Amino acid sequence: MFPKPIEKSSRNVQIGYQALLPVALIFWLLPLIAVALFSIKPAADFTTGDYWNLPSVFGGFENYGKVFFDSDMPRYLLNSILITVPTAIGAVALSCMAGFALGIYQFKANLWLFFLFVAGNFVPFQILMVPVRDLTLDLGLYNTKTGLVLFHIAFQTGFCTLFMRNFIKGLPFPLIEAARVEGVAEWKIFVYVVLPLMKPAIAALLVLIFTFIWNDYFWAVVLTQGAESQPVTAGITSFNAQYRAAYHLMSAGAVVAALPPVAMFFMMQKHFIAGLTLGAVK
Amino acid sequence: MTTPALPQTEYEPPRRSWYKRNEIAITPWLFLLPAILFFMVYVIIPIFQSFTVSTVAWDGLGEKEFVGLDNYRELLDDPAFWTSLRNNLIWLLLYLLAIPAGLFIALFLNQTVTGIRIYKSLFFFPFVISQVVVGLVFSWFYDPTFGLLNAILGFVGLGPINVLGDPTYVTYGIIAAGLWPQTAYCMILYLTGLNAVDPEQVEAARLDGAKGWKMLWYVIVPQLKPATFIAFVVTIVGALRSFDLISIMTNGGPFGESRVLSFYMFEVALSEYGFRMGYGAAIAVVLFLIMLCFIAYFLYSMYKEEKGH
Repeated sequence: MFPKPIEKSSRNVQIGYQALLPVALIFWLLPLIAVALFSIKPAADFTTGDYWNLPSVFGGFENYGKVFFDSDMPRYLLNSILITVPTAIGAVALSCMAGFALGIYQFKANLWLFFLFVAGNFVPFQILMVPVRDLTLDLGLYNTKTGLVLFHIAFQTGFCTLFMRNFIKGLPFPLIEAARVEGVAEWKIFVYVVLPLMKPAIAALLVLIFTFIWNDYFWAVVLTQGAESQPVTAGITSFNAQYRAAYHLMSAGAVVAALPPVAMFFMMQKHFIAGLTLGAVK
Repeated sequence: MTTPALPQTEYEPPRRSWYKRNEIAITPWLFLLPAILFFMVYVIIPIFQSFTVSTVAWDGLGEKEFVGLDNYRELLDDPAFWTSLRNNLIWLLLYLLAIPAGLFIALFLNQTVTGIRIYKSLFFFPFVISQVVVGLVFSWFYDPTFGLLNAILGFVGLGPINVLGDPTYVTYGIIAAGLWPQTAYCMILYLTGLNAVDPEQVEAARLDGAKGWKMLWYVIVPQLKPATFIAFVVTIVGALRSFDLISIMTNGGPFGESRVLSFYMFEVALSEYGFRMGYGAAIAVVLFLIMLCFIAYFLYSMYKEEKGH
Protein backbone atom coordinates (compact mmCIF):
# COMPACT_ATOMS: atom_id res chain seq x y z
CA MET A 1 0.00 0.00 0.00
CA PHE A 2 3.01 2.30 0.23
CA PRO A 3 4.17 3.93 -1.91
CA LYS A 4 0.94 4.72 -3.72
CA PRO A 5 0.07 1.85 -6.08
CA ILE A 6 1.31 2.74 -9.52
CA GLU A 7 -1.92 1.70 -11.18
CA LYS A 8 -3.57 4.72 -9.59
CA SER A 9 -1.11 7.05 -11.30
CA SER A 10 -1.40 8.50 -14.76
CA ARG A 11 -0.61 6.41 -17.83
CA ASN A 12 2.67 8.27 -18.37
CA VAL A 13 3.93 7.57 -14.87
CA GLN A 14 3.11 3.90 -15.35
CA ILE A 15 5.00 3.70 -18.61
CA GLY A 16 7.89 5.60 -17.07
CA TYR A 17 8.03 3.16 -14.18
CA GLN A 18 7.94 0.13 -16.45
CA ALA A 19 10.76 1.60 -18.50
CA LEU A 20 12.83 2.51 -15.45
CA LEU A 21 12.71 -1.01 -13.99
CA PRO A 22 14.97 -2.74 -16.54
CA VAL A 23 17.35 0.22 -16.63
CA ALA A 24 17.70 0.18 -12.85
CA LEU A 25 18.18 -3.57 -12.90
CA ILE A 26 20.93 -3.46 -15.51
CA PHE A 27 22.67 -0.72 -13.55
CA TRP A 28 22.37 -2.74 -10.33
CA LEU A 29 23.76 -5.91 -11.90
CA LEU A 30 26.37 -4.21 -14.07
CA PRO A 31 29.43 -5.83 -12.44
CA LEU A 32 27.86 -9.26 -12.86
CA ILE A 33 26.84 -8.64 -16.44
CA ALA A 34 30.45 -7.65 -17.17
CA VAL A 35 31.71 -10.96 -15.78
CA ALA A 36 29.12 -12.95 -17.69
CA LEU A 37 30.20 -11.14 -20.85
CA PHE A 38 33.89 -11.80 -20.17
CA SER A 39 33.19 -15.47 -19.65
CA ILE A 40 31.92 -15.94 -23.21
CA LYS A 41 34.57 -13.85 -24.95
CA PRO A 42 37.38 -15.69 -26.74
CA ALA A 43 40.97 -15.24 -25.56
CA ALA A 44 41.79 -13.34 -28.75
CA ASP A 45 39.57 -10.42 -27.73
CA PHE A 46 41.65 -9.82 -24.64
CA THR A 47 45.00 -9.94 -26.42
CA THR A 48 43.81 -7.28 -28.84
CA GLY A 49 42.67 -5.13 -25.91
CA ASP A 50 39.01 -5.36 -26.87
CA TYR A 51 37.35 -5.63 -23.49
CA TRP A 52 33.96 -4.06 -23.83
CA ASN A 53 32.58 -4.98 -27.22
CA LEU A 54 30.40 -7.99 -27.72
CA PRO A 55 32.42 -11.17 -28.21
CA SER A 56 33.94 -11.35 -31.70
CA VAL A 57 33.09 -15.05 -31.71
CA PHE A 58 31.23 -17.03 -29.07
CA GLY A 59 33.96 -18.42 -26.80
CA GLY A 60 31.66 -19.78 -24.14
CA PHE A 61 32.08 -23.46 -24.98
CA GLU A 62 35.84 -23.23 -25.02
CA ASN A 63 36.08 -21.21 -21.79
CA TYR A 64 33.67 -23.29 -19.80
CA GLY A 65 35.09 -26.45 -21.34
CA LYS A 66 38.51 -25.50 -19.99
CA VAL A 67 37.03 -24.85 -16.56
CA PHE A 68 35.33 -28.23 -16.45
CA PHE A 69 37.87 -30.46 -18.21
CA ASP A 70 41.19 -28.77 -17.81
CA SER A 71 41.34 -27.65 -14.19
CA ASP A 72 40.69 -28.79 -10.64
CA MET A 73 37.33 -27.04 -10.71
CA PRO A 74 35.15 -30.20 -10.85
CA ARG A 75 37.08 -31.52 -7.86
CA TYR A 76 36.42 -28.33 -5.91
CA LEU A 77 32.75 -28.39 -6.84
CA LEU A 78 32.43 -31.96 -5.66
CA ASN A 79 34.18 -31.04 -2.39
CA SER A 80 31.76 -28.16 -1.92
CA ILE A 81 28.81 -30.50 -2.32
CA LEU A 82 30.32 -33.08 0.04
CA ILE A 83 30.83 -30.36 2.65
CA THR A 84 27.60 -28.46 2.16
CA VAL A 85 25.02 -31.24 2.05
CA PRO A 86 26.05 -33.11 5.24
CA THR A 87 26.35 -29.79 7.08
CA ALA A 88 22.87 -28.69 6.09
CA ILE A 89 21.38 -32.03 7.12
CA GLY A 90 23.36 -32.22 10.37
CA ALA A 91 22.66 -28.69 11.51
CA VAL A 92 18.96 -28.97 10.70
CA ALA A 93 18.67 -32.30 12.54
CA LEU A 94 20.36 -30.97 15.67
CA SER A 95 18.35 -27.78 15.67
CA CYS A 96 15.02 -29.51 15.11
CA MET A 97 15.62 -31.34 18.35
CA ALA A 98 17.02 -28.38 20.24
CA GLY A 99 14.27 -26.11 18.91
CA PHE A 100 11.65 -28.61 20.03
CA ALA A 101 13.11 -28.72 23.53
CA LEU A 102 13.33 -24.93 23.83
CA GLY A 103 10.04 -24.20 22.15
CA ILE A 104 7.80 -26.68 23.97
CA TYR A 105 9.16 -27.25 27.47
CA GLN A 106 9.35 -24.75 30.27
CA PHE A 107 12.32 -25.13 32.54
CA LYS A 108 14.58 -22.71 34.34
CA ALA A 109 17.53 -22.76 31.97
CA ASN A 110 15.37 -22.51 28.86
CA LEU A 111 15.77 -18.84 28.02
CA TRP A 112 19.44 -18.84 29.02
CA LEU A 113 20.24 -21.74 26.75
CA PHE A 114 18.34 -20.08 23.95
CA PHE A 115 20.31 -16.87 24.40
CA LEU A 116 23.54 -18.87 24.48
CA PHE A 117 22.76 -20.25 21.02
CA VAL A 118 21.79 -16.82 19.75
CA ALA A 119 24.87 -15.11 21.17
CA GLY A 120 27.21 -17.81 19.88
CA ASN A 121 25.77 -17.34 16.44
CA PHE A 122 26.96 -13.71 16.37
CA VAL A 123 30.54 -14.06 17.58
CA PRO A 124 33.33 -13.11 15.18
CA PHE A 125 34.93 -16.19 13.59
CA GLN A 126 38.39 -15.07 14.63
CA ILE A 127 37.74 -15.63 18.33
CA LEU A 128 37.19 -19.31 17.49
CA MET A 129 39.93 -19.66 14.93
CA VAL A 130 42.97 -20.68 16.95
CA PRO A 131 41.24 -23.18 19.30
CA VAL A 132 39.09 -24.72 16.55
CA ARG A 133 42.07 -25.16 14.26
CA ASP A 134 43.97 -26.71 17.14
CA LEU A 135 41.12 -29.03 18.02
CA THR A 136 40.77 -30.10 14.39
CA LEU A 137 44.49 -30.84 14.23
CA ASP A 138 44.28 -32.86 17.45
CA LEU A 139 41.39 -34.89 16.10
CA GLY A 140 43.46 -35.64 13.00
CA LEU A 141 40.83 -33.93 10.88
CA TYR A 142 42.87 -31.01 9.60
CA ASN A 143 42.57 -30.73 5.83
CA THR A 144 39.63 -33.13 5.69
CA LYS A 145 36.07 -32.46 4.69
CA THR A 146 34.88 -34.09 7.90
CA GLY A 147 36.74 -31.56 10.01
CA LEU A 148 35.09 -28.72 8.15
CA VAL A 149 31.66 -30.35 8.30
CA LEU A 150 31.81 -30.92 12.06
CA PHE A 151 32.67 -27.31 12.74
CA HIS A 152 30.04 -25.97 10.34
CA ILE A 153 27.34 -28.14 11.90
CA ALA A 154 28.21 -26.86 15.35
CA PHE A 155 28.31 -23.22 14.35
CA GLN A 156 25.18 -23.26 12.20
CA THR A 157 23.29 -24.98 15.00
CA GLY A 158 23.17 -21.59 16.74
CA PHE A 159 21.32 -19.87 13.95
CA CYS A 160 19.15 -22.88 13.16
CA THR A 161 18.09 -23.31 16.76
CA LEU A 162 17.07 -19.66 16.93
CA PHE A 163 14.96 -20.16 13.86
CA MET A 164 13.44 -23.50 14.85
CA ARG A 165 12.62 -22.48 18.39
CA ASN A 166 10.75 -19.39 17.20
CA PHE A 167 8.94 -21.44 14.60
CA ILE A 168 7.86 -24.10 17.11
CA LYS A 169 6.73 -21.41 19.57
CA GLY A 170 4.32 -20.30 16.88
CA LEU A 171 2.70 -23.73 16.58
CA PRO A 172 -0.63 -24.31 18.35
CA PHE A 173 0.28 -25.62 21.79
CA PRO A 174 -3.12 -27.30 22.45
CA LEU A 175 -2.10 -29.86 19.85
CA ILE A 176 0.74 -31.04 22.07
CA GLU A 177 -1.41 -30.96 25.19
CA ALA A 178 -4.02 -33.06 23.46
CA ALA A 179 -1.39 -35.64 22.58
CA ARG A 180 -0.15 -35.67 26.17
CA VAL A 181 -3.65 -36.25 27.49
CA GLU A 182 -3.84 -39.21 25.13
CA GLY A 183 -0.73 -40.53 26.86
CA VAL A 184 1.55 -40.23 23.82
CA ALA A 185 5.22 -40.46 24.79
CA GLU A 186 7.14 -37.20 24.49
CA TRP A 187 9.49 -38.41 21.77
CA LYS A 188 6.51 -39.63 19.79
CA ILE A 189 4.96 -36.16 20.09
CA PHE A 190 8.14 -34.85 18.49
CA VAL A 191 8.14 -37.38 15.67
CA TYR A 192 4.44 -37.60 14.89
CA VAL A 193 2.99 -34.23 15.94
CA VAL A 194 5.66 -31.54 15.76
CA LEU A 195 7.99 -32.77 13.02
CA PRO A 196 5.33 -32.92 10.26
CA LEU A 197 4.38 -29.33 11.07
CA MET A 198 8.00 -28.21 10.80
CA LYS A 199 8.38 -29.05 7.12
CA PRO A 200 8.37 -25.43 5.89
CA ALA A 201 10.94 -24.43 8.50
CA ILE A 202 13.13 -27.40 7.60
CA ALA A 203 12.97 -26.52 3.92
CA ALA A 204 13.84 -22.89 4.63
CA LEU A 205 16.82 -23.82 6.76
CA LEU A 206 18.15 -26.44 4.34
CA VAL A 207 18.21 -23.93 1.51
CA LEU A 208 19.70 -21.20 3.64
CA ILE A 209 22.43 -23.30 5.21
CA PHE A 210 23.30 -24.73 1.82
CA THR A 211 23.94 -21.21 0.57
CA PHE A 212 25.81 -20.04 3.68
CA ILE A 213 28.14 -23.01 3.71
CA TRP A 214 28.65 -23.06 -0.04
CA ASN A 215 29.78 -19.45 0.20
CA ASP A 216 32.03 -19.91 3.23
CA TYR A 217 35.59 -18.91 2.60
CA PHE A 218 37.18 -18.17 5.95
CA TRP A 219 36.89 -21.64 7.48
CA ALA A 220 37.83 -23.29 4.22
CA VAL A 221 41.12 -21.41 4.34
CA VAL A 222 41.67 -22.04 8.03
CA LEU A 223 40.87 -25.75 8.13
CA THR A 224 41.83 -27.08 4.69
CA GLN A 225 44.45 -26.70 2.01
CA GLY A 226 44.91 -28.24 -1.39
CA ALA A 227 42.55 -29.68 -3.97
CA GLU A 228 41.63 -32.88 -2.15
CA SER A 229 39.44 -31.18 0.42
CA GLN A 230 39.04 -27.48 -0.36
CA PRO A 231 35.64 -26.20 -1.46
CA VAL A 232 35.17 -24.11 -4.54
CA THR A 233 35.37 -20.72 -2.80
CA ALA A 234 38.91 -21.46 -1.70
CA GLY A 235 39.71 -23.40 -4.85
CA ILE A 236 38.92 -20.47 -7.09
CA THR A 237 41.94 -18.58 -5.78
CA SER A 238 44.28 -21.36 -6.89
CA PHE A 239 42.33 -21.60 -10.12
CA ASN A 240 42.95 -17.90 -10.65
CA ALA A 241 46.62 -18.30 -9.84
CA GLN A 242 46.80 -21.02 -12.50
CA TYR A 243 45.18 -18.79 -15.11
CA ARG A 244 46.74 -15.51 -14.06
CA ALA A 245 45.43 -12.66 -16.24
CA ALA A 246 43.34 -15.02 -18.40
CA TYR A 247 40.23 -13.05 -17.59
CA HIS A 248 37.92 -15.05 -19.81
CA LEU A 249 38.78 -18.22 -17.88
CA MET A 250 38.73 -16.58 -14.45
CA SER A 251 35.31 -15.14 -15.26
CA ALA A 252 34.02 -18.51 -16.37
CA GLY A 253 35.39 -20.02 -13.15
CA ALA A 254 33.68 -17.36 -11.04
CA VAL A 255 30.36 -17.97 -12.80
CA VAL A 256 30.63 -21.72 -12.19
CA ALA A 257 31.47 -21.20 -8.51
CA ALA A 258 28.55 -18.83 -8.02
CA LEU A 259 25.96 -20.84 -9.89
CA PRO A 260 24.81 -23.59 -7.46
CA PRO A 261 23.52 -21.27 -4.71
CA VAL A 262 21.94 -19.07 -7.36
CA ALA A 263 20.12 -22.06 -8.83
CA MET A 264 19.09 -23.11 -5.33
CA PHE A 265 17.73 -19.65 -4.66
CA PHE A 266 15.66 -19.53 -7.81
CA MET A 267 14.22 -22.97 -7.25
CA MET A 268 13.39 -22.46 -3.59
CA GLN A 269 12.77 -18.73 -3.46
CA LYS A 270 9.86 -18.75 -1.06
CA HIS A 271 11.63 -20.91 1.50
CA PHE A 272 14.83 -18.97 1.12
CA ILE A 273 13.19 -15.66 1.95
CA ALA A 274 11.24 -17.13 4.84
CA GLY A 275 14.55 -18.28 6.26
CA LEU A 276 16.36 -15.01 5.77
CA THR A 277 13.74 -12.98 7.52
CA LEU A 278 14.12 -15.40 10.46
CA GLY A 279 10.41 -16.01 10.14
CA ALA A 280 10.10 -12.89 12.30
CA VAL A 281 8.98 -10.55 9.55
CA LYS A 282 5.89 -12.11 8.10
CA MET B 1 12.86 -30.24 39.44
CA THR B 2 10.08 -27.87 38.54
CA THR B 3 7.67 -30.56 37.43
CA PRO B 4 4.65 -30.42 39.68
CA ALA B 5 4.44 -33.67 41.58
CA LEU B 6 1.37 -35.56 40.59
CA PRO B 7 -0.77 -36.56 43.53
CA GLN B 8 -0.19 -40.24 44.07
CA THR B 9 -3.41 -42.10 43.61
CA GLU B 10 -4.03 -45.72 44.22
CA TYR B 11 -4.98 -46.24 40.60
CA GLU B 12 -1.46 -45.27 39.55
CA PRO B 13 0.29 -48.40 38.32
CA PRO B 14 3.13 -48.86 40.82
CA ARG B 15 5.76 -50.01 38.35
CA ARG B 16 6.11 -46.75 36.40
CA SER B 17 9.77 -46.37 35.63
CA TRP B 18 11.85 -43.45 36.87
CA TYR B 19 12.05 -42.15 33.31
CA LYS B 20 8.29 -42.29 32.85
CA ARG B 21 7.71 -40.38 36.07
CA ASN B 22 10.15 -37.62 35.09
CA GLU B 23 9.51 -37.68 31.37
CA ILE B 24 8.54 -34.02 31.01
CA ALA B 25 11.60 -32.86 32.92
CA ILE B 26 14.11 -35.11 31.19
CA THR B 27 12.96 -35.09 27.58
CA PRO B 28 14.07 -31.53 26.79
CA TRP B 29 17.59 -32.28 28.02
CA LEU B 30 17.80 -35.42 25.91
CA PHE B 31 16.72 -33.43 22.89
CA LEU B 32 19.15 -30.63 23.66
CA LEU B 33 22.11 -32.88 24.37
CA PRO B 34 23.60 -33.22 20.85
CA ALA B 35 23.18 -29.55 20.01
CA ILE B 36 24.66 -28.40 23.32
CA LEU B 37 27.55 -30.83 22.96
CA PHE B 38 28.49 -29.61 19.50
CA PHE B 39 27.96 -25.98 20.36
CA MET B 40 30.01 -26.20 23.55
CA VAL B 41 32.94 -27.99 21.94
CA TYR B 42 33.18 -25.87 18.80
CA VAL B 43 31.85 -22.47 19.85
CA ILE B 44 31.52 -21.70 23.55
CA ILE B 45 34.64 -23.35 24.93
CA PRO B 46 36.89 -22.02 22.12
CA ILE B 47 35.86 -18.47 23.06
CA PHE B 48 37.33 -18.98 26.53
CA GLN B 49 40.33 -20.81 25.13
CA SER B 50 41.08 -17.81 22.93
CA PHE B 51 41.24 -15.64 26.04
CA THR B 52 43.81 -18.03 27.49
CA VAL B 53 45.80 -18.22 24.28
CA SER B 54 45.95 -14.43 24.18
CA THR B 55 48.17 -14.50 27.29
CA VAL B 56 50.85 -16.76 25.79
CA ALA B 57 53.48 -16.61 23.11
CA TRP B 58 52.91 -19.63 20.87
CA ASP B 59 53.72 -20.62 17.31
CA GLY B 60 50.95 -23.21 17.18
CA LEU B 61 53.28 -26.19 17.48
CA GLY B 62 55.90 -25.79 20.19
CA GLU B 63 55.66 -24.95 23.86
CA LYS B 64 53.35 -22.18 25.03
CA GLU B 65 55.12 -19.52 27.02
CA PHE B 66 53.05 -17.47 29.43
CA VAL B 67 53.54 -13.76 28.84
CA GLY B 68 50.65 -12.23 30.76
CA LEU B 69 49.32 -9.09 29.14
CA ASP B 70 52.35 -8.55 26.91
CA ASN B 71 50.37 -9.28 23.75
CA TYR B 72 47.89 -6.56 24.62
CA ARG B 73 50.70 -4.14 25.51
CA GLU B 74 52.23 -4.82 22.12
CA LEU B 75 48.90 -4.06 20.44
CA LEU B 76 48.94 -0.54 21.85
CA ASP B 77 52.19 0.25 20.03
CA ASP B 78 51.28 -1.55 16.81
CA PRO B 79 50.31 0.93 14.07
CA ALA B 80 48.79 -1.90 11.99
CA PHE B 81 46.41 -2.64 14.86
CA TRP B 82 45.25 0.98 14.99
CA THR B 83 44.81 1.11 11.22
CA SER B 84 42.69 -2.03 11.41
CA LEU B 85 40.63 -0.67 14.27
CA ARG B 86 40.05 2.60 12.43
CA ASN B 87 38.99 0.69 9.32
CA ASN B 88 36.63 -1.43 11.39
CA LEU B 89 34.89 1.73 12.57
CA ILE B 90 34.63 3.00 8.99
CA TRP B 91 33.15 -0.36 7.97
CA LEU B 92 30.62 -0.27 10.80
CA LEU B 93 29.47 3.25 9.98
CA LEU B 94 29.34 2.98 6.21
CA TYR B 95 27.85 -0.50 6.23
CA LEU B 96 24.78 0.92 7.93
CA LEU B 97 24.04 2.73 4.67
CA ALA B 98 22.79 -0.65 3.45
CA ILE B 99 19.70 -0.18 5.63
CA PRO B 100 18.32 3.06 4.07
CA ALA B 101 19.53 1.95 0.63
CA GLY B 102 17.70 -1.36 1.04
CA LEU B 103 14.57 0.45 2.17
CA PHE B 104 14.79 2.77 -0.82
CA ILE B 105 15.03 -0.10 -3.32
CA ALA B 106 12.26 -1.99 -1.52
CA LEU B 107 9.98 1.03 -1.83
CA PHE B 108 10.88 1.37 -5.49
CA LEU B 109 10.00 -2.28 -6.14
CA ASN B 110 6.91 -2.45 -3.93
CA GLN B 111 4.45 -2.32 -6.81
CA THR B 112 2.28 -4.85 -8.54
CA VAL B 113 3.15 -4.60 -12.21
CA THR B 114 3.70 -7.60 -14.43
CA GLY B 115 7.02 -9.31 -13.92
CA ILE B 116 7.78 -7.53 -10.66
CA ARG B 117 8.52 -10.81 -8.91
CA ILE B 118 11.34 -11.51 -11.33
CA TYR B 119 12.70 -8.02 -10.77
CA LYS B 120 12.62 -8.50 -7.02
CA SER B 121 14.55 -11.77 -7.23
CA LEU B 122 17.08 -10.34 -9.66
CA PHE B 123 17.69 -7.35 -7.39
CA PHE B 124 18.31 -9.82 -4.59
CA PHE B 125 20.83 -11.73 -6.71
CA PRO B 126 24.05 -10.20 -5.30
CA PHE B 127 23.33 -11.59 -1.84
CA VAL B 128 23.16 -15.18 -3.03
CA ILE B 129 26.58 -15.31 -4.65
CA SER B 130 29.60 -15.80 -2.43
CA GLN B 131 31.64 -12.86 -1.22
CA VAL B 132 34.62 -14.43 -2.93
CA VAL B 133 32.93 -14.02 -6.30
CA VAL B 134 31.67 -10.54 -5.35
CA GLY B 135 35.26 -9.66 -4.48
CA LEU B 136 36.59 -10.96 -7.81
CA VAL B 137 33.85 -9.23 -9.75
CA PHE B 138 34.52 -5.91 -8.05
CA SER B 139 38.29 -6.10 -8.36
CA TRP B 140 37.82 -6.48 -12.10
CA PHE B 141 35.25 -3.70 -12.02
CA TYR B 142 37.84 -1.41 -10.39
CA ASP B 143 40.78 -2.57 -12.53
CA PRO B 144 42.71 0.48 -13.75
CA THR B 145 43.46 -0.91 -17.24
CA PHE B 146 40.23 -2.52 -18.35
CA GLY B 147 37.76 -2.14 -15.46
CA LEU B 148 34.25 -1.02 -16.22
CA LEU B 149 34.47 1.76 -13.64
CA ASN B 150 37.33 3.46 -15.45
CA ALA B 151 35.70 2.82 -18.81
CA ILE B 152 32.70 4.78 -17.51
CA LEU B 153 34.87 7.47 -15.91
CA GLY B 154 36.84 7.79 -19.13
CA PHE B 155 33.59 8.17 -21.05
CA VAL B 156 32.65 11.24 -19.01
CA GLY B 157 36.21 12.55 -19.21
CA LEU B 158 37.58 11.64 -15.79
CA GLY B 159 41.03 10.17 -15.40
CA PRO B 160 41.62 6.54 -14.49
CA ILE B 161 41.81 5.88 -10.78
CA ASN B 162 43.23 2.74 -9.27
CA VAL B 163 40.75 2.35 -6.43
CA LEU B 164 42.33 -0.75 -4.90
CA GLY B 165 45.89 0.49 -5.29
CA ASP B 166 45.32 3.80 -3.56
CA PRO B 167 45.62 3.87 0.25
CA THR B 168 43.00 6.62 0.57
CA TYR B 169 40.31 4.94 -1.53
CA VAL B 170 40.94 1.27 -0.91
CA THR B 171 38.79 0.74 2.18
CA TYR B 172 35.90 2.66 0.68
CA GLY B 173 36.21 0.68 -2.52
CA ILE B 174 35.94 -2.61 -0.64
CA ILE B 175 33.08 -1.35 1.50
CA ALA B 176 31.20 -0.37 -1.67
CA ALA B 177 31.61 -3.95 -2.88
CA GLY B 178 30.31 -5.23 0.47
CA LEU B 179 27.37 -2.85 0.44
CA TRP B 180 26.15 -4.37 -2.77
CA PRO B 181 25.03 -7.75 -1.35
CA GLN B 182 24.21 -6.23 2.03
CA THR B 183 21.80 -3.72 0.47
CA ALA B 184 20.14 -6.60 -1.35
CA TYR B 185 19.67 -8.39 1.97
CA CYS B 186 18.14 -5.32 3.64
CA MET B 187 15.93 -4.84 0.60
CA ILE B 188 14.43 -8.31 0.92
CA LEU B 189 13.83 -7.77 4.66
CA TYR B 190 11.96 -4.55 3.92
CA LEU B 191 10.02 -6.03 1.02
CA THR B 192 8.67 -8.69 3.35
CA GLY B 193 8.09 -6.06 6.02
CA LEU B 194 6.16 -3.83 3.63
CA ASN B 195 3.76 -6.70 2.97
CA ALA B 196 2.72 -6.53 6.60
CA VAL B 197 2.12 -2.78 6.70
CA ASP B 198 -1.46 -2.13 7.75
CA PRO B 199 -3.33 -0.71 4.72
CA GLU B 200 -6.00 0.87 6.93
CA GLN B 201 -3.46 2.99 8.77
CA VAL B 202 -1.98 4.11 5.48
CA GLU B 203 -5.42 4.98 4.18
CA ALA B 204 -6.28 6.88 7.37
CA ALA B 205 -3.02 8.81 7.24
CA ARG B 206 -3.69 9.61 3.60
CA LEU B 207 -7.08 11.03 4.50
CA ASP B 208 -5.31 13.18 7.09
CA GLY B 209 -3.22 14.57 4.27
CA ALA B 210 0.04 12.69 4.98
CA LYS B 211 2.11 11.79 1.96
CA GLY B 212 5.64 11.38 0.69
CA TRP B 213 8.39 11.68 3.29
CA LYS B 214 6.01 12.45 6.14
CA MET B 215 4.00 9.34 5.44
CA LEU B 216 7.19 7.28 5.17
CA TRP B 217 8.72 8.57 8.38
CA TYR B 218 5.70 8.73 10.67
CA VAL B 219 3.51 5.91 9.38
CA ILE B 220 5.55 3.38 7.43
CA VAL B 221 8.93 3.29 9.18
CA PRO B 222 7.47 2.69 12.67
CA GLN B 223 5.58 -0.29 11.30
CA LEU B 224 8.77 -1.64 9.77
CA LYS B 225 10.52 -1.77 13.13
CA PRO B 226 10.95 -5.58 13.24
CA ALA B 227 12.50 -5.55 9.76
CA THR B 228 14.78 -2.67 10.73
CA PHE B 229 15.95 -4.52 13.81
CA ILE B 230 16.93 -7.62 11.85
CA ALA B 231 18.53 -5.46 9.14
CA PHE B 232 20.56 -3.72 11.85
CA VAL B 233 21.67 -6.99 13.42
CA VAL B 234 22.75 -8.64 10.17
CA THR B 235 24.47 -5.48 8.95
CA ILE B 236 26.52 -5.03 12.12
CA VAL B 237 27.48 -8.71 12.12
CA GLY B 238 28.32 -8.50 8.42
CA ALA B 239 30.49 -5.40 8.91
CA LEU B 240 32.51 -6.98 11.69
CA ARG B 241 32.88 -10.25 9.78
CA SER B 242 34.33 -8.57 6.71
CA PHE B 243 37.17 -10.85 5.77
CA ASP B 244 36.50 -12.51 2.43
CA LEU B 245 36.35 -9.31 0.41
CA ILE B 246 39.56 -7.91 1.85
CA SER B 247 41.39 -11.17 1.44
CA ILE B 248 40.29 -11.53 -2.20
CA MET B 249 40.47 -7.92 -3.35
CA THR B 250 43.62 -6.53 -1.75
CA ASN B 251 45.02 -9.04 0.73
CA GLY B 252 45.18 -6.15 3.20
CA GLY B 253 47.19 -3.87 0.93
CA PRO B 254 48.33 -1.45 -0.29
CA PHE B 255 50.73 -0.97 2.62
CA GLY B 256 48.27 -2.72 4.93
CA GLU B 257 45.84 0.17 4.54
CA SER B 258 42.77 -1.99 3.92
CA ARG B 259 43.22 -4.30 6.90
CA VAL B 260 40.49 -4.73 9.48
CA LEU B 261 40.83 -6.60 12.77
CA SER B 262 39.41 -9.85 11.43
CA PHE B 263 41.87 -9.84 8.55
CA TYR B 264 44.86 -8.65 10.58
CA MET B 265 44.22 -11.38 13.13
CA PHE B 266 44.34 -14.03 10.40
CA GLU B 267 47.46 -12.48 8.93
CA VAL B 268 49.27 -12.52 12.25
CA ALA B 269 48.22 -16.02 13.24
CA LEU B 270 48.29 -17.94 9.98
CA SER B 271 50.37 -16.27 7.31
CA GLU B 272 53.52 -14.45 6.41
CA TYR B 273 54.05 -12.95 9.86
CA GLY B 274 54.80 -16.41 11.13
CA PHE B 275 52.46 -18.23 13.40
CA ARG B 276 51.89 -15.86 16.30
CA MET B 277 48.82 -17.51 17.77
CA GLY B 278 48.94 -15.59 21.06
CA TYR B 279 49.14 -12.21 19.43
CA GLY B 280 46.42 -13.17 16.96
CA ALA B 281 44.19 -14.32 19.80
CA ALA B 282 44.68 -10.95 21.52
CA ILE B 283 43.44 -9.18 18.38
CA ALA B 284 40.51 -11.60 18.21
CA VAL B 285 39.65 -10.81 21.82
CA VAL B 286 39.49 -7.09 21.02
CA LEU B 287 37.22 -7.80 18.07
CA PHE B 288 35.11 -10.08 20.23
CA LEU B 289 34.70 -7.40 22.90
CA ILE B 290 33.50 -4.92 20.28
CA MET B 291 31.00 -7.48 19.04
CA LEU B 292 29.98 -8.28 22.61
CA CYS B 293 28.58 -4.75 23.06
CA PHE B 294 26.28 -5.36 20.12
CA ILE B 295 25.42 -8.92 21.19
CA ALA B 296 24.42 -7.59 24.62
CA TYR B 297 22.17 -5.05 22.94
CA PHE B 298 20.62 -7.67 20.61
CA LEU B 299 19.95 -10.04 23.49
CA TYR B 300 18.53 -7.25 25.63
CA SER B 301 16.09 -6.35 22.85
CA MET B 302 15.12 -9.98 22.41
CA TYR B 303 14.71 -10.38 26.16
CA LYS B 304 12.32 -7.43 26.32
CA GLU B 305 10.41 -8.93 23.39
CA GLU B 306 10.17 -12.33 25.14
CA LYS B 307 8.92 -10.78 28.36
CA GLY B 308 6.41 -8.73 26.41
CA HIS B 309 4.58 -11.84 25.29
